[in-house]
Amino acid sequence: MSTTIDIDGIGKSFGQHAVLKDVSLAVQPGELLALLGPSGSGKTTLLRLIAGLDQPDAGSIRFDRDDALRARPKERNVGFVFQHYALFRHMTVFENIAFSLRIKRVGKAIVSARVEELLKLIQLESLAGRYPAQLSGGQRQRVALARALASQPRVLLLDEPFGALDAVVRRDLRRWLRHLHEEMNITTLFVTHDQEEAFDLADRVVIMQAGAICQEGTPMQIYRDPANSFVHEFLGESNKIACTVQAGTVRAEAGLAATAEAADGAAVAYIRPYQVVPRADPEGSWRVARISATGAQAHVTLRRGAHCVEATMPSEVLLEAGLANGAPAEVSFTGGTLYDAAGRNPAKLRIETPVAVAARATA
Amino acid sequence: MAVRIGLILTALAFMALFLLLPLLIVFAQALSAGLGSYLSALDDPNVASAIGLTVLIAAIAVPANVVFGIVASWCIARFDFVGRNVLTTLIDLPFSISPVVAGLLEVLLFGLNGLLGGWLAAHNMQIIFALPGMILATTFVTFPFVARELIPLAQEQGNDEEEAAVTLGASGLQIFLRVSLPKLRWGLLYGVLLCNARAMGEFGAVSVVSGKIFGQTDTLSLAVESLYEGYEVQAAFAVASLLAMLALVTLVLKAALEWRHRDELHATRRKKAAT
Repeated sequence: MSTTIDIDGIGKSFGQHAVLKDVSLAVQPGELLALLGPSGSGKTTLLRLIAGLDQPDAGSIRFDRDDALRARPKERNVGFVFQHYALFRHMTVFENIAFSLRIKRVGKAIVSARVEELLKLIQLESLAGRYPAQLSGGQRQRVALARALASQPRVLLLDEPFGALDAVVRRDLRRWLRHLHEEMNITTLFVTHDQEEAFDLADRVVIMQAGAICQEGTPMQIYRDPANSFVHEFLGESNKIACTVQAGTVRAEAGLAATAEAADGAAVAYIRPYQVVPRADPEGSWRVARISATGAQAHVTLRRGAHCVEATMPSEVLLEAGLANGAPAEVSFTGGTLYDAAGRNPAKLRIETPVAVAARATA
Repeated sequence: MAVRIGLILTALAFMALFLLLPLLIVFAQALSAGLGSYLSALDDPNVASAIGLTVLIAAIAVPANVVFGIVASWCIARFDFVGRNVLTTLIDLPFSISPVVAGLLEVLLFGLNGLLGGWLAAHNMQIIFALPGMILATTFVTFPFVARELIPLAQEQGNDEEEAAVTLGASGLQIFLRVSLPKLRWGLLYGVLLCNARAMGEFGAVSVVSGKIFGQTDTLSLAVESLYEGYEVQAAFAVASLLAMLALVTLVLKAALEWRHRDELHATRRKKAAT
């Protein structure tokens, strides 16, 4: 049976600097959870506190019903994969994986059997006698994982597990890890600053900012309903358009007409590039400033006076839209999210009618 | 091409002149009166006592500096404390100070008219002109050898592997014995070899504090000098040949160890180059 992790009111400061502020989080048994945030958001510190590498100033951490903070790191039975793997450089792959078993004075035959089993799992049977320096990054990563799994930990913690790898290796390893997790069903937390990685791999994502959790949920929930503008921006590029709200009506100089359930005053509309639809129009008020078609997706930059928006679309759509560099165009928006001036209180934009259509109707 | 050959030949000639030739002369002189008199020169109670004393001093000074070197490198690499830079600089002091001055400082401190001399005499303890003083002098002079090897190594390797060992369930002692010590072992080995060679060959500082009592406070280096000054040239060179052999054994030992562990050494060096 997998372990539940209950984190309650954790605080941690290094000197004057508060790294974690009253963080609470419940991790379900067998869950694969991502801690996502920019560097300095406290996510690695939280992981280290769970492993017992640092002690919190306040709060509690429980594994099932056991108070983890009262257990020394060696009694917590946590598997930890370090960002730079931290393999023992003077030991072979075999000895690295066997380390935790040797520490527990497990019999030789059992150690051999367990290590062989893990080597098979990470598909490195032939490299058992190599030293870490003789392995590639992806191989080291897998050895680090096998080493962490050797003594059957209750909880698996990974700190930026793919951070030091190149893109192709990263994608392969990600799939492999997902598969492995499904097989073993260990409660797993991993830290990443890569939104795509977190969303691709995790059952649930926890977004951290400046030492606090600002949102948690499934990838889909978070992507659809970001809790604030920070999360919205962190999840990918957006066009930011300054608006004014009056009695639920949203207006922007850039040519946005929508309604939203938002308080009166200044606000900012966040509109993802795929929610921007440009089309060629000889009388359009926008100009195509740049087109870059890098493959399946095409990016179009449009300008009108001081305003500038980015649009993305499938490359075929770009061809059909008949857009060309420097050509006049019209822009409509299909959706977006409105935040108040402090970046809070998200409200969905309901686009009234495409602006251009409205403009032509009055003309 | 010609330049390269020229440079290589110059380097080789230089080595032959300054390293190989003196070594050969030592052995040639030592054996100049035949093997019989070489052996009889060594088969002397005073020489035997000098060998014993040299080995004893090294056997105390080297382990002391090994312990210190490990502790110092561990502290300097792991902790950021006030005075860390001062400590690093102080470790180099014995390198930059003349051994004779070091010996004199010790006399000023522990000698009969020294700072602590009165107290020591009152408690019937003799340091200067006795074994304790020679051990202290040797330890001081060889102080940096191990620490100097280990500190940069420990700093470069960082603390990651120790933390990994913590999460894998190792206790403090297990981490030290299975992780910290083994990963430093090459640096430690070089440090010990160099430290030992220097400890056995030390002359200046030991000469000042020993009082040179023939057959009592004579080390091998001191015996060479006193024999030479007593016009026993062949005997002096015979004893000197022992020290020369120590140097050769040190080199051979180092090469042999490197050869035996070449795979691992190669692997760690590659990693070093990669990071």
